[in-house]
Amino acid sequence: MTSLSFALAHSLPEVILGAGAIVLVLLGAIRGRDSDGPMTELAVGILGLAILVILLGSKTNATIYDHAFIDDAFGRFMKVLAYSGSLVTLLMAQDFLSKAKIDKFEFPILVLLSTLGMSMLISAAGLIALYLGLELMSLALYVIAAFHRDDRRASEAGLKYFVLGALSSGMLLYGASLLYGFAGTVSFAGIATALKGTPGLGVIFGLVFLMAGLAFKMSAVPFHMWTPDVYEGAPTPVTAFFATAPKLAAVAITIRVVMTAFPGITLQWQQIVIFISILSMALGSFAAIGQTNIKRLMAYSSIGHIGFALVGLAAGTQMGVAGVLFYMSIYLVMVLGTFAAILSMRVDGKPVELISDLSGLARTDGAMAFFLAMMMFSLAGIPPLAGFFAKFYVFNAAVHAHLYGLAVIGFLTSVVAAVYYLRIVKIMYFDEPVGGFDKAAPVLRVVLAITGVLVTFFFAYPAPAVDAASIAAKSLF
Amino acid sequence: MSVGLGHYLVVAAVLFTLGVVGIIVNRKNIIVILMSVELILLSVNINLVAFSAYLGDLTGQVFALFILTVAAAEAAIGLAILVTYFRNRGTIAVEDVNMMKG
Repeated sequence: MTSLSFALAHSLPEVILGAGAIVLVLLGAIRGRDSDGPMTELAVGILGLAILVILLGSKTNATIYDHAFIDDAFGRFMKVLAYSGSLVTLLMAQDFLSKAKIDKFEFPILVLLSTLGMSMLISAAGLIALYLGLELMSLALYVIAAFHRDDRRASEAGLKYFVLGALSSGMLLYGASLLYGFAGTVSFAGIATALKGTPGLGVIFGLVFLMAGLAFKMSAVPFHMWTPDVYEGAPTPVTAFFATAPKLAAVAITIRVVMTAFPGITLQWQQIVIFISILSMALGSFAAIGQTNIKRLMAYSSIGHIGFALVGLAAGTQMGVAGVLFYMSIYLVMVLGTFAAILSMRVDGKPVELISDLSGLARTDGAMAFFLAMMMFSLAGIPPLAGFFAKFYVFNAAVHAHLYGLAVIGFLTSVVAAVYYLRIVKIMYFDEPVGGFDKAAPVLRVVLAITGVLVTFFFAYPAPAVDAASIAAKSLF
Repeated sequence: MSVGLGHYLVVAAVLFTLGVVGIIVNRKNIIVILMSVELILLSVNINLVAFSAYLGDLTGQVFALFILTVAAAEAAIGLAILVTYFRNRGTIAVEDVNMMKG
């Protein structure tokens, strides 16, 4: 059964992404012109095709490529989310990049390669596959962080991201080497079988280093230091990309690692997850309050949201995992909407990114102010918006797992976090207008409107997302 | 005294620690950080090859080869980013990487 055609059929989305990226590189090189041309459209088409293949393809699970790659409902769910994140950011990026004169054809290719890395990461069934997927994702991300190469802040952001990212890969690898040595295998299933009973010190060290590397990719405290600087310095569409797809992939692999490789030592990894979850929630809530730059604010917001999502993982139950998946899908929609609004912030052709630039937006652009306000209410978790249900599911899972303290801390920090989200709403609706923004690109308006409607009316028909998340979570247990 | 697995692990742990410390305490030059990253990756390779020999299992050596390959790509990208940074700022001192704070 494990013939090549069987393996290819189960990794068809990855094959499409990889082959598509190679074809686009050739195409770009042959055309020889610097400008983007139809490359973004082609990359969007490739991503759309990959999403369709997953949605319409077989729903059977399989482990292929010598137990290195697993195709299951969990992976398919996260891949669809990650691909959608990449697709929408590519669409939103085009306008910004061409106005900043950095619409090189390499950008969509790098996004494709990075998405291929995420896809491999989400489907990794062993430590080698995990490392290769992670590096393919990260190497492409380092480059697009510094994509605006004549901009001082962008190159500094790229440099910081690279140095800290390389350090975190090193830690992850050190943990992987210890796990390999003490479990005798690199496959997650094999590690799970080897780690029955009380784990030795070597295994615990390996677990801690591995989790440190993964926490970095998720931008969870205490490995979050790169996030605000990189989010602020990188070009805005790149920031939107960082906040969506790579984060989903990192959360997915963290869930897969702890659930499939360490089910025997739940107590040990649970402590780590609870620790980083509480710290992330607290830092994300308090550090964002004094920010003036909206991209930096979104960085702290993303740190806080990772903390909330990890509350579900800390529960360690199927319900908790379903909660995390549900949380991440809602988070994806909210962040895409928010960044569509941030990308629309342009005055006299130049992008602006201060929160004070939003003053009195309700009077100059009522629709944008309304949808952005909905995003902020949703990010704060105010019912009946989608963000409330996301938080409800993860906290509910924590309570069912008797983690009352964690749920209470989560609740309190989300109240604190509401301060800065509501401040943005107050600035938009009650401050004096400072003069409106330029007319935004149609695609940004469309993304903002669609995500706004999704977030606002989610309560009317939540079943598809909830069901998909529970089916995906079930495949891990 | 014969050299066993423990000795290799200690060497690798020392190299790893040196690499991490090199990144954290270094205030002078970003090239030194790139060297420290290489040190970390090579310490991991020592670990993997030692475990591989000890367990009589080839997977560790395969892993080490993958790491060597990826490390080369990583160094290339790191140097490329460093060049664009130097063009913009005219310095590669770690202390000057401070445009964004807070």
